[in-house]
Amino acid sequence: MTTVEMTQTRSRDGWQIRWSDLGPWIALAVIVLVGALINSNFLTSANLGNVITRSAFVAIIAIGATFVIASGGLDLSVGSMMAFVTGVMILVMNSLAPTYGASAIFMGAGVALIVGALCGLLNGLVVTIGKIEPFIVTLGTMGIFRALITWMSDGGSIPIDRDLRAAYRPVYFGSFLGVPIPIWITVAVVLVGAFLLYRTKFGRRVQAAGANPEVARFSGVSVAGVRTMAFVLQGVCVAIAAICYVPRLGAATPTTGQLWELQVITAVVIGGTMLRGGRGRIWGTIAGALIIETIANLMVLSDMVSEYLVAAVQGVIIIIAMLAHRFLR
Amino acid sequence: MTRLSIIHAAEPSSSATDPGLPPVLEVQGLGKTYGAITVLSGVDLSLQPGEVHAVIGENGAGKSTLMKLLSGHVAPTVGQIRLEGAPVSFPDAATAEQAGIVLVHQEILLADDLTVAENLFLGREIGPWWTVSDRQMDARTREVLARIGSVARPRDLVRDLPLAQRQLVQIARALLDPRKVVIFDEPTAVLAHDEVAALLAIVRQLRDAGAAVLYISHRLDEVEALADRITVLRDGQMIGTFPAAGMSQRRMAELMVGRRLDMLYPPKRTDPGETLLEIEALSVEHGRQEASLTIRAGEVLGIGGMIGAGRTELIEGLMGLRPATARRIALRGEDVSKRSVKAWQKRGVVYLTEDRKGKGLLLGSDLAQNLTLAALTETHPGVMLHPGRETRALEGAVSEYDIRVRSLRLTAGQLSGGNQQKLLLAKIMLTDPAVVIIDEPTRGIDIGNKSQIYDFIDKLVRDGRACVVISSEMSELVGLADRVLVMRAGRVVAEFAGDQITEENVVYAATSSRQDHQEAAP
Repeated sequence: MTTVEMTQTRSRDGWQIRWSDLGPWIALAVIVLVGALINSNFLTSANLGNVITRSAFVAIIAIGATFVIASGGLDLSVGSMMAFVTGVMILVMNSLAPTYGASAIFMGAGVALIVGALCGLLNGLVVTIGKIEPFIVTLGTMGIFRALITWMSDGGSIPIDRDLRAAYRPVYFGSFLGVPIPIWITVAVVLVGAFLLYRTKFGRRVQAAGANPEVARFSGVSVAGVRTMAFVLQGVCVAIAAICYVPRLGAATPTTGQLWELQVITAVVIGGTMLRGGRGRIWGTIAGALIIETIANLMVLSDMVSEYLVAAVQGVIIIIAMLAHRFLR
Repeated sequence: MTRLSIIHAAEPSSSATDPGLPPVLEVQGLGKTYGAITVLSGVDLSLQPGEVHAVIGENGAGKSTLMKLLSGHVAPTVGQIRLEGAPVSFPDAATAEQAGIVLVHQEILLADDLTVAENLFLGREIGPWWTVSDRQMDARTREVLARIGSVARPRDLVRDLPLAQRQLVQIARALLDPRKVVIFDEPTAVLAHDEVAALLAIVRQLRDAGAAVLYISHRLDEVEALADRITVLRDGQMIGTFPAAGMSQRRMAELMVGRRLDMLYPPKRTDPGETLLEIEALSVEHGRQEASLTIRAGEVLGIGGMIGAGRTELIEGLMGLRPATARRIALRGEDVSKRSVKAWQKRGVVYLTEDRKGKGLLLGSDLAQNLTLAALTETHPGVMLHPGRETRALEGAVSEYDIRVRSLRLTAGQLSGGNQQKLLLAKIMLTDPAVVIIDEPTRGIDIGNKSQIYDFIDKLVRDGRACVVISSEMSELVGLADRVLVMRAGRVVAEFAGDQITEENVVYAATSSRQDHQEAAP
């Protein structure tokens, strides 16, 4: 008797729609609709492609941030880390270019991934072994990375070698099957991220460590290990974003990635990941990154609100998103 | 009693325990019901000024509920409270305090980062207009602290004070204004021996000043030393009020326990198998304890004692969940050096926490995630998750442990306490352990689920596993365990087997300090 009852409810559950998962996408759809009404240029494929491509960097970093935040951490250093990794990568590429030619790009990219992972490892180890609040630790490393890139560039910029520029250019400006390369890279990162978070034991442990570290500990999960690994993933994501970003500007400067950490955290939180840890929402994060960039784009296109107020509108959005979470559950 | 009369003879002004005096507080037919569960009923109580009235009972007997009803923290469902003859009802604790009734809580409820004086006057600061006068508050704080013999200073941060001094600050807060009735809820739970003596002196001082003191404790030696009258509660029922004179600790324990056992428990097992786990001189950091025990297959080993006896700490130390040292720990004769939940799990030793909601379950996550969290490797070989296997594991657990759910997609927080406990039991059994340690297996669970959990424990033991049950419910230990260790102040103070396992024996060993009495005797 109980079995019958159960299978019936289960089949009903199977079709249950999780509104909290769809929320960010509905918000994005509304914004796009409003945009189409406001400005006829908004819905052109060129403009939409531009918006999505520009959101790629924040999206890629925000995937890593989804892991960190879901595991109960927070990383404020991503913007500075991005600038630092970019600087190191360009220096390595430039120094290898005379000997190896265009292959130096791959070597530089490899070095960037390693440096990013190490930066993340640093954050993770100080947080878990030092048992210091992640907010404080990454506030510190944020300053350190920013100072390092300023020092490396001597306050100016580190341009990429002229010979490499042409070969590297397609990574940002090129396209494959009509879709810009950064979007392909973002899709790949998202798929890997979603697989890791939803389909592996690691992902399950990340969310358990964030939801209740005591329960995780009593269940034999290494909370410190899981959290450290999340920071390392974050570092790798930052490096991937840096690799895509370099051809866009062709240089690393002390202002590269400035305030990105706020956009990244905004994207994650709008996407429905709880800032206090627990459930991570990869797809929501993507919607969040798109929302941020779409709004900025709309404000530039329309004359209604000064584009200098972009940050203010983003601030309003994050607060509205949080209020919606609280009252619409 | 003689000592008391001498005091009063010497102090004619405090006419105190004169039975002719009207009681300061009278309670008739007091009871409290939560939904369908009655936690306290039919309490009649009277408190004379200048009397120490002890309330004793097992854990869960309703002592704390009674205190909360009297002090306005919880509203009674039925019954009447009269203060100096006039019926009263307190909407909150503040009103009760204004009327002169104050409860000194068992837990320390102070703001760590504020000073002693700030804590004392929190919410009732004094000073002209809307400003506060630190000078006035410091002066009154100093005076109250001196009265109760505290060495803390008004400007000390509570954070910097040792536990015993914090307890005194809490008492000072309660005694800032004159009180007619002072209620102490287990005031000595966190105190060391000489600190206890100081606290008992404060209680006597209050009594001699003419206040009525209601004193709740499960330390029967304190009750014997302090009380004028004793009220016994059992299972939320009032057993009676007795004069303390001539009442032995053993008699108190018998009154607390009272009843015979029913058919709640499965029949006991008779022949235990090989020794599985040997623990020699395990001591937990910050504890004075050093406990040794052996755990045998095919046997339920009960660990009894009062709350705060160090049982949970001991097991958490064993499991590597808190720092601990041991002379030797061996599983099946083989020394174990690495102690962590994971390492133990690989060797077949698992622990089910007493703190279901804080340490056991991810309340916001679904049942399957909770079920497999400790056994991710067993349920999901390789790197990836296998949703199909997980669902099958959940279906198996739901039917084997009779977890009553409307849907398999509920979150753990949506289950009733009994079903949560069954889910946790299923969770730890998923790794197919040899030694199962369960802390408070039936806390907060209704009788039907209780009996089922006893049957599960019986079955796993008959399958040749070992089970350790930590319980504060004496009847549970008596009904379930084949062997019982009793802990008191971090040490194993007694071991009972067979017919020796009685509630009287366990309660007596857990509460009385026979050593102290032997030392005191000439």
